[in-house]
Amino acid sequence: MDFNFTEEQSMLRDMVRKFVDKEVKPVAQQIDKEHNVGLIQDILKKAAPLGLLGIPFPEKYGGAGMGEMGYCVLLEELSHGCASTSVTIGAHIGLAGMSIFLGGNETQKEKYLKPLATGEKIGAYALTEPGAGSDAANLQLTAKEDGDHFVLNGTKLWITNGDIADTVVVYGLTNPELKARGGITAFIVETTTPGFSANRIEDKMGLRGSATAELVFQDLRVPKENVLGQVGMGFKIAMETLDESRLSLAAATIGSAKELITMSVDFAKKRVAFNQPIVHFQAIQFMIADMAAEVFQMESIVYRTAWMYDQGNKIPREGAICKLFCSEALDRIVDKAVQIHGGNGFMGEHPVERFYRDSRVNRIFEGTSEVQRMVIAEDVLKKGSY
Amino acid sequence: MTKILVVSERHEAKVKRVTLEALGAAHALSSKEGGQVAALLIGNEVASQADTLSAGGAQKVYLADDPKLALYSSEAYATLVADVAKKMDATLILLGATAMGKDLGPKVAAKLEGAFAGDCTGLALNDEGAFVATRPIYGGKAIATVKCQQAQFQVVTLRPNVFPVHPPAPSAKAEIEKVTTTTDFSLLKAIVKEVLTVVASKVELTEAQIIVSGGRGLKAPENFKLIEELADALGAAVGASRAAVDAGWKPHSYQVGLTGKTVSPLLYIACGISGAIQHQAGMSSSKYIVAINNDPNAPIFKIANYGIVADLFDVVPLLIEEVKKLKAA
Amino acid sequence: MNIAVCIKQVPATESKIKPAADGLDIDRTGLSYVVNPYDEFGVEEALKIKEQLDTGTVTVITIGPEKAVEALRTCLAVGADEAIHIKDDALTGGDALCTARVLAAALKKGNYDLIFFGRQAIDDDSGAVGIHVAELLGLPHVAGINKFELNADGLKAVAHRQIEGAAEVVEARLPAIFTCQKELNEPRYASLPGIMKAKQKPMTVWSLADLDLSAEDVGASAAKVKLEKITSPPVREAGKTIDGDTAHAVSELVRLLHEEAKVL
Repeated sequence: MDFNFTEEQSMLRDMVRKFVDKEVKPVAQQIDKEHNVGLIQDILKKAAPLGLLGIPFPEKYGGAGMGEMGYCVLLEELSHGCASTSVTIGAHIGLAGMSIFLGGNETQKEKYLKPLATGEKIGAYALTEPGAGSDAANLQLTAKEDGDHFVLNGTKLWITNGDIADTVVVYGLTNPELKARGGITAFIVETTTPGFSANRIEDKMGLRGSATAELVFQDLRVPKENVLGQVGMGFKIAMETLDESRLSLAAATIGSAKELITMSVDFAKKRVAFNQPIVHFQAIQFMIADMAAEVFQMESIVYRTAWMYDQGNKIPREGAICKLFCSEALDRIVDKAVQIHGGNGFMGEHPVERFYRDSRVNRIFEGTSEVQRMVIAEDVLKKGSY
Repeated sequence: MTKILVVSERHEAKVKRVTLEALGAAHALSSKEGGQVAALLIGNEVASQADTLSAGGAQKVYLADDPKLALYSSEAYATLVADVAKKMDATLILLGATAMGKDLGPKVAAKLEGAFAGDCTGLALNDEGAFVATRPIYGGKAIATVKCQQAQFQVVTLRPNVFPVHPPAPSAKAEIEKVTTTTDFSLLKAIVKEVLTVVASKVELTEAQIIVSGGRGLKAPENFKLIEELADALGAAVGASRAAVDAGWKPHSYQVGLTGKTVSPLLYIACGISGAIQHQAGMSSSKYIVAINNDPNAPIFKIANYGIVADLFDVVPLLIEEVKKLKAA
Repeated sequence: MNIAVCIKQVPATESKIKPAADGLDIDRTGLSYVVNPYDEFGVEEALKIKEQLDTGTVTVITIGPEKAVEALRTCLAVGADEAIHIKDDALTGGDALCTARVLAAALKKGNYDLIFFGRQAIDDDSGAVGIHVAELLGLPHVAGINKFELNADGLKAVAHRQIEGAAEVVEARLPAIFTCQKELNEPRYASLPGIMKAKQKPMTVWSLADLDLSAEDVGASAAKVKLEKITSPPVREAGKTIDGDTAHAVSELVRLLHEEAKVL
């Protein structure tokens, strides 16, 4: 058993930390206040030549071959600075790129994964619909066969990167009878294709800098060679992608949590009340202790699971556990951080207020906490014991 | 006997204050057990500066006056210093920790196989007669006390504004001895081609007695005008925090702090600067610190002698008025 | 062009520094280490020159304990071609001139046209080693450069160095030593491919014996400067906050500066 990060993983962490300190943190408040997607796109342009957008993928697809461990390190460090940036990159790599990596054939990986890994193109993943959130299998977007094409009609909702993406992995219904049992198919859609349109959704509680969009597909023709895997395999690809991306989402919460501890300690040392810095009060110290205890658990389960994944194991249960625990832990941590900051923490001038708003969606997207519990319970019950 | 050689430095045609401070330090050291304080004056048409050195406490002035020495040359200057140090059998060679001193000191020390201690804020003789210097390390986060372990050729550079000058003795007349450079200038491998004036600032930051610095709180580059006006009224130099420099409001030469300049003025006025550790590293040895900031929790207040918690845009214009009034009175 | 960059591993800039119990070092527990930021400017400049000429080798050299290999590896990940790690227990207690002798011996073994240092290491803040090495090797040097340009013939370089209120423009004949100041360039980040390749690049390890040096030349007994102790800087006490309306506070401030502090 070896719990050390490799030298490469440590160097990656140092490098991303430097990158975040210089390129992300200074603009994070502005990204949030101005809903400034452009600033995030600038960050992506700087991250791409460093190889940051292809971390988990093999070198032959333009990646760095650093696996899930490397990818988790990236998202953890990014989230010290800006959750909107982290989510943008997460959707690009962990959802769009990962769907193609897991489900695509060699030609598709060469043509579509490579430009994503090198950052030449931006990716999005379109599963959720107005009537299909937690109940993802209930999707309504239709894909009808027509010669050597499929014709897509329908709407996707709350799609991260939806209106800045060049490549979208779209999940549609090819057989309404079968639904999740072979009726759903994944397609690679180029957003320049006629019949595609995207509308930015601006009014969000948090992640205000990430581009969230509604996507409308109107008689959009996708060539058959853009079917990921095989017709009817879409739901499996969608779920396997989510197993992985739930883990990386959990990794991202670690970075936010650690940053909140740093902010809270700094503030508590500076802030004077009753003639002394508030850090002297046990009430504050206990909150900090609880935050630290949770962070230790978060990083312990996330990196253990990432290691399992890199060993070739499937992680449906573990990924869900990481996502469930970490997203809820972060909400507890950020709540304490705001409490420590008092009135300052309620004011928009302080980053802790942004972290508070950005945290909440972690318990909702990529499967709500309730869906994670369903996944975990199903897996435990299937085996009958732990 | 302690024989001390102070390498004089000039700005235009005037001896720099830091040289007088070095003479003051040399005097304090040599008076303890009887010694000799000499100064070395290098340049072109600099002979007239010998009077300032005499008045400042030099008992002897070595004068290297040569058109070839008009511009600084690490090699030529170091050779001269080493020659004179050997000639007078100097125990200690003192320089200001300026751009010149920081370059010349290590060069001379290596030439003489001597000890070197840079940017010192304290210098004394211990009971065994060895020089003990204190110097800030880790950007001022710690202080090292170092001992020079040999009898001669100890090279020390002194941080400006730390050591008191010797009470001026205008009638003192030092013995002047001319020395000549032995450097063959045609063989020099590094030559100063020209000196470009970059900063039009009237007062040099590291040597200024008063500094007014601006930071992020200024909000925009054009607001530095306010800082400059206050500096003008006070006859002060202008500094900037890293935040202001990184934002491109002022060039790096204005930066006070860890990756910028270390200053020790009599008075440091920080306007709209929160006072992060990295800024404090560059200015916390100032004698008096004034903080003007609208955040009462800003760390700068923890080290300031006087603080005003208010908007700098309200405070600074009033301060300019008050200072002008005081100066006029 | 053969370029060497001498680097040092130092505690990260934001580290909390306090003296160790014995007062002869700082307390190193829990510190994280980085490549000295000024040395990074040297590495970047070397890489830029190599790219510009499209030929040459960049070698990074350090003296330090086992752990210092991390700093070398970081430079390799950024783009340096090879690394030299000099480590020997006998080096403990040496001063800047001792360090310079070791580096001079190592540099002599290579045939370098350009040698870069940081203007100072942010741990001991001495700024002496690069200049010492230049003197020991009989090479010209320019200290604290913030602009560098190689002449077209590759025989000379012109560098700007920051001095008080001005810049000295210095021309130096190669081989020469330059110590680097902020503003010289914008150091690049390590790239992912660089990180993955760093371990495969040549890493030479030398002891003092490999450099024909002994502890008497460069160890504690050769040191002309001895560290007596490390202490914390005097703590500055917070002074007074001047309350009241702004106009009153300002006139009170001026009165205090004039009458109490006597600085105006």
